[in-house]
Amino acid sequence: MREFSPGRKAMSFAGIILGLVSLITGLAMAISGSGNTMRGTLLVAGVVLLIAGVYLFPTLKHHRTIINVLFLFPLLFAFAVTVIIPLVLGIGYSFTNWDGIRVKGFVGLENYIRMFRQPGFIWSILITFLFVIFNMVLVNVVAFLLALLCTSKIKGLGFFRASYFLPNLIGGIVLGYIWQFVFSNVVTKFTEALAGNRYSMLSETRTAFIAIVVVYVWQYAGYIMLIYITGLNTIPGDVLEASSIDGADKLQTLFQIKIPMIAPTVTICTFLTLTSAFKQFDVNLALTNGTGSVASFFGNYLTNGTEMLALNIYSTAVINNEYALGEAKAVLFFIILAAVSIIQVRISNKKEVEL
Amino acid sequence: MKIKEKTSSKVIKMLIAIVVAVYVLFPFFLVVINSCKETADITANPTGLNGISFGQLISNLRDVITNTHFLFWSAFGYSTLITILSLVLLALFGSMAAWVICRNHTKWSTVIYFTFIASMIIPFQVVMLPLISTFRDVGKFIGIPMLQSVPGIVFAYLGFGGAMTVFILNGFIKGIPVDLEEAAAIDGCSPEQTFFRIIFPLLRPVITTVTILNGMWIWNDYLLPSMMLGQNGAVKTLPVAVQAFVGSYVKQWNLILAAALLAIVPMIILFLFAQKQIMEGMIEGAVKG
Repeated sequence: MREFSPGRKAMSFAGIILGLVSLITGLAMAISGSGNTMRGTLLVAGVVLLIAGVYLFPTLKHHRTIINVLFLFPLLFAFAVTVIIPLVLGIGYSFTNWDGIRVKGFVGLENYIRMFRQPGFIWSILITFLFVIFNMVLVNVVAFLLALLCTSKIKGLGFFRASYFLPNLIGGIVLGYIWQFVFSNVVTKFTEALAGNRYSMLSETRTAFIAIVVVYVWQYAGYIMLIYITGLNTIPGDVLEASSIDGADKLQTLFQIKIPMIAPTVTICTFLTLTSAFKQFDVNLALTNGTGSVASFFGNYLTNGTEMLALNIYSTAVINNEYALGEAKAVLFFIILAAVSIIQVRISNKKEVEL
Repeated sequence: MKIKEKTSSKVIKMLIAIVVAVYVLFPFFLVVINSCKETADITANPTGLNGISFGQLISNLRDVITNTHFLFWSAFGYSTLITILSLVLLALFGSMAAWVICRNHTKWSTVIYFTFIASMIIPFQVVMLPLISTFRDVGKFIGIPMLQSVPGIVFAYLGFGGAMTVFILNGFIKGIPVDLEEAAAIDGCSPEQTFFRIIFPLLRPVITTVTILNGMWIWNDYLLPSMMLGQNGAVKTLPVAVQAFVGSYVKQWNLILAAALLAIVPMIILFLFAQKQIMEGMIEGAVKG
């Protein structure tokens, strides 16, 4: 048995006591509302001292527990403050008339009813679903084909993989502006040459929507391709060899060996594309900023033809200053996303078992 | 062993690969050539090489770098600082937490683990509005500004990146034999020594993966910094600076593309140097994680 030196004991108790004193002083200053800027330093020093003191606490029996708690603390604390507390508050705020700073009163389901009276919001939901479906299919098909290409034996594989992956390194905002340039200056040249008029794809809702899909597939397919390559590489060589000895042709190998064997990868990739397409914001903001007219949507004229849910929530809250309404929309967004993801995982799991 | 492929199919595959590569890289090419032009030359012929001059590139870059909405060096510095701090803290605290969660089979560790996993589905939109007001209030309360400050945003990234980091690390730690730790304990290692001397060094490959995944996301993130730092604050990251710049210069394409060039060049340089690590990290992470 190890003995604890008196020095360690003293340091432990000193740490705990000083830490507590410092914390309490800092908190007292904060609560009393004094403008003393020392309180921040005191609080941080208090936490650090307290942690050091607890760490040095002279016990063998509970040392493991102490380490467990101390190891978990930093991440869990940050997680609770940035995710859990705002989530709970946000769900609460969605039932009030919160204006971003204070809550003036409880309004029940009013925000939830009001958002369904906005045709623009309904349109956003529909267009988001359409976008998600297009993307999930296109990104996965393109990525899988690229993965097949990049696992075959051609020269310069490293270069091709790297260049297909390249767009994924760049943020959606920058990509959005680059493509805005491409669509409004370069594609127009092609339409001029082919059809005789300078037609910008971004000027009409339908083609602008296609433009967003194009950019998103361009950006995301390389990343998904990498995951598919990983999956394809896990297929043991002898399985493929056995199938070729048994006389399976290329398509048979693809559909009866390769795809079933990478079923878990397919699940991962559909999940990733589904959720990322749902949350898609940056490209939408930079490429079209949600503009695009819809002549008649249940008799309403809309101007937010390409505004997806995430952007709609942002503009409701941040641009139009309707924080409570934006939060209610966000809660609905969360529910839709969770439901769709769970359904997707269920279906995929079932498929995996069948395969 | 391997069957030799027919040359014709090889040629076709090669052609497809080249066409796709040209398509993928074309926008980058456009950014580069048009950053070297004047607006008039861009409108006249955006895909051509006429009007290109090195002097024009320098002049465009100078206009962009000194622009008060963009302030490239400041934005680049803050982006780097925020990303590196977040990555170091996420790797350290993430592996500590993942190790505890993985090696303890109690009710608590299960609850924490599943809370992390479930939280990955939470879209940022649902927490961003209360997050800003919470951070504003907390900052006022403790006297350390949490909005428009580097510590505040790093803390937020620690919270938002935590779940994925723990999830990936947890999968890796599971594969490390517990015998290793038991042997260390018998030899007199305390739990923290076991972690820092034995487990942490073993985590290097998966920490690389996590750092790459988190790094790409944090470096390119727009919504969180734009909400937390604001468009006009003193602290700006590159994506926020690009957005602020474009918002102020409608359709000055030579300047916008020069700004885009500045924003993408750091990432591409990093990729050229660490391409192998980035690709391998991704592949290894997915296989082992």
